[in-house]
Amino acid sequence: MGLRKKNVLPGFGLSLGYTVFYLSLVVLIPFAALFSRTAQMSFMEFWDTISSPRVVASFWLSLYTSLSAASLNAVMGLLVAWVLVRYHFPLKTLVDALVDLPFALPTAVAGISLTTLYSVNGPLGKHLARWGIEVAYTPLGIIVALTFIGLPFVVRTLQPVLEDLDVEIEEAAASLGASRMKSLLYVVFPNLLPALLTGFALSFARAFGEYGSVVFISGNMPMRTEICPLLIMTKLEQFDYIGATAIAVVMLLVSFMMLFTINLLGWWSRKRTSSAA
Amino acid sequence: MKEASGLKNISVLCLISFLMVMGLLVSCGQTDTDRTLLNVSYDPTRELYADINDAFALDWKNRTGQTVSIRQSHGGSGKQARAVIDGLAADVVTLALAYDIDALASKADLLPASWQQRLPHNSAPYVSTIVFLVRKGNPKGIKDWDDLVKPGIEVITPNPKTSGGARWNYLAAWGYALKKNNGDENAAREFIQALFANVPVLDSGARGSTTTFVQREIGDVLLGWENEAYLAINELGPDRLEIVNPSISILAEPPVAWVDRIVERHKSRDLAAAYLEFLYTETGQDIAARHFYRPRLETVAARYRDRFSDIQLFSIEEVFGSWKNAQKIHFDDGGIFDQIYEDSEALPDRS
Repeated sequence: MGLRKKNVLPGFGLSLGYTVFYLSLVVLIPFAALFSRTAQMSFMEFWDTISSPRVVASFWLSLYTSLSAASLNAVMGLLVAWVLVRYHFPLKTLVDALVDLPFALPTAVAGISLTTLYSVNGPLGKHLARWGIEVAYTPLGIIVALTFIGLPFVVRTLQPVLEDLDVEIEEAAASLGASRMKSLLYVVFPNLLPALLTGFALSFARAFGEYGSVVFISGNMPMRTEICPLLIMTKLEQFDYIGATAIAVVMLLVSFMMLFTINLLGWWSRKRTSSAA
Repeated sequence: MKEASGLKNISVLCLISFLMVMGLLVSCGQTDTDRTLLNVSYDPTRELYADINDAFALDWKNRTGQTVSIRQSHGGSGKQARAVIDGLAADVVTLALAYDIDALASKADLLPASWQQRLPHNSAPYVSTIVFLVRKGNPKGIKDWDDLVKPGIEVITPNPKTSGGARWNYLAAWGYALKKNNGDENAAREFIQALFANVPVLDSGARGSTTTFVQREIGDVLLGWENEAYLAINELGPDRLEIVNPSISILAEPPVAWVDRIVERHKSRDLAAAYLEFLYTETGQDIAARHFYRPRLETVAARYRDRFSDIQLFSIEEVFGSWKNAQKIHFDDGGIFDQIYEDSEALPDRS
């Protein structure tokens, strides 16, 4: 009740009620179902399922390919967002729209076209193969697919922040004698960091659970290029619903921990910049 | 917060009534003489059942005067079975392997466990087998199963863990090796291990493997169903590919069944049974043969003799006892297929 007094805007109760209801319907209930299914197995069964060599191999593969893709996106996405916000050039709207393409494209289509491009006989893969670099059907191929689908997350979270960034702050830094590099590192970057972390986290979370595009380019070789979601599919194919949810629960916990840590980092860096200002 | 939760209840009520109205709208619009049937099938049967549905609708109209419209759903066989378990209201299922229909009985009790005895020929009205698809002119000279394990040959087949079709490929190879080595299981296992050591990519489904082999030109031989090999040649060009028939292969029986719990609810048992029985008639068999499935009826088989070459075929029951058995020993987690990969010393490192 005490909360009500503080709010000047009307409709707090209704909107909060609706938010909680909606989140329960869309997010919490499916998750609860997932956990309750896993609860049907004993701890030993659960442990046996998630610690089998193939499952462990797929966890590591999914984890490091998703992290690599998200890191790559964080760097390149920052560059793209910077160029799109700070410079003016012909066909800028078109380039801006291109960024969203990985959102719009069905993931299977993305997977098939990337595989065609990067297989050893493909237009790009052919040349890479000459230098001994194989992309399709290797972990590198998985990283390529995950980078593709994750790019918009970084660009779209950074763009509004960059737009809001006051140019005057940079001018102030310059007038106080900071070099261009120095003002980028100490003035611009700290302001971008929270959004960059969010973009990284979203890109990672999306990549970690991605199935559609990866199965085409990964080659699905046991112990080498089987991603975690594929193992869930193989369990389902045996009608082993509980085994599938066991892997899903672990994936969920990993994702949640990652997102939570990154949110914490974002919160910490926001606090740091605001207290410094 | 009391007023707020009252309002929340109202919005919940609104939502529920909205959903109910939508449900009513969807379930309306059917009259007595219009009957519908949902056939849940697997991927490559799309064209086959498009023709069957037209022929059956005509036949049913002549017999009963009722108009019947048949809806189709296609996807991977296992995925389709799970959809039915999870509530997709399929009157009939026409899947790639008996194991997937067994699951409807064992996991959701949708039909009796003895479903396969209800229709003739193990409930499989048409059959197929596993053949080899090679590049035009057969540059690597592939004649039989033994050629697939030679060094330097690349074999393309989907992952048996995710693809029902790939399980038939695997079992065909196993059955061949077993027959050749007088039933020695260890020899069969070595053969399978050598075969999969020659597989560079395991796509998740049969269509994916066909793309890998035909479009990306990876591999020397593609293992697959005879009817799909014909389809691939028709679609992608007889100037690029040709079929090689091995000496021995497996009798692939894609089974059909009506789903008791659902036809009871839809009051469509008569229609569903008639639909499936139609597959065994002269007309049904002829349509199946036209779509490159081997017909069961002798008279129709005689007409298409030159299309289907004589391959010595063994059935799942002969070699493996049953699908359940084969699945358990070979494809379940920890089964022989997993062992040949987890046993990492046995595989040459490709990287």
